Amino acid sequence: MAVGKFPVEASHIMMFARSVGDDNPIYHDDEHAKGTEPGGVIAPPTFMQASAQFDPDYFLRPKTGKDWFGSGKEATGVKPKTEDGEKKSGGGGGLHAEQHFEYHRHPQAGDVLTATMLPGKTWEKEGKRSGKLIFSESITEYRDQKGELVVTARGVGVATERAVDQ
Amino acid sequence: MALKASEMTTGLSHSASLVEDLKRTQIVQYAGSSGDYNPLHTDEIFTTQVAGYPSVFAHGMLTMGMTGKMLTDYVGDGRLSKYGVRFTNQVWPGDSLQASATVEGIEEIDGAQYANFEVVTTNQDGAVVLKGYAQARLD
Repeated sequence: MAVGKFPVEASHIMMFARSVGDDNPIYHDDEHAKGTEPGGVIAPPTFMQASAQFDPDYFLRPKTGKDWFGSGKEATGVKPKTEDGEKKSGGGGGLHAEQHFEYHRHPQAGDVLTATMLPGKTWEKEGKRSGKLIFSESITEYRDQKGELVVTARGVGVATERAVDQ
Repeated sequence: MALKASEMTTGLSHSASLVEDLKRTQIVQYAGSSGDYNPLHTDEIFTTQVAGYPSVFAHGMLTMGMTGKMLTDYVGDGRLSKYGVRFTNQVWPGDSLQASATVEGIEEIDGAQYANFEVVTTNQDGAVVLKGYAQARLD
């Protein structure tokens, strides 16, 4: 994703921690956090994923004046472009196959990170439950206001030929 | 409140319940906080009628996030140095998840002790939904 600046904000950390069911006060209580080893409110381990909020073009967020593929009056807001109505990627633009984080330090509230995307690999595999699978890797380095590496994130997405059999 | 290297042995395991009867609302909450509004996670009509799934399902990253709480509660705040997973099965509304971290070994890096863990999250049927690893710095 094309994230420019990613300001790590206390209220965003609080909301993110709530959403993953994590009530650890280090994610919402500044006074408590001061007395911990990190010395302040830090981001939970998977918080870098929320950098999508700071990608102005992120394709999985509805945008004013643009078509959105989720339902409105119809089951999808996007008309199929092909006559045969062939469904790709289970209709959802792909699934998340893997995610890896390396923490050089843990981001703190107040950090302003800059994301740099590095080229990743692409490969194919035949899946038992969903037809041909096309994997693509993306590597993102998050650096802080001093230019120091904070987190390296490596994601693998998969486009499936059809919805995964249940 | 970090772990002590002297108390860590290979095979030592910690587990925790992550969620009972996962609610659609929590998935909506995660969509809002993460910014991932893929309708597959929150839009039942799109997901069943267009994408062909039996219902909406959780973001893989919600499962990774919930599993992360099990890890940080165990290894201490700010102690993780690596955390990576593969998503092996989908997580559905109503699922109840259990996660574990099992010590695979201890290693010394630049004079500090680290534990390497195997991380596994399973659903109420025993199916593995997430499988991965974590590394944490010890005292």
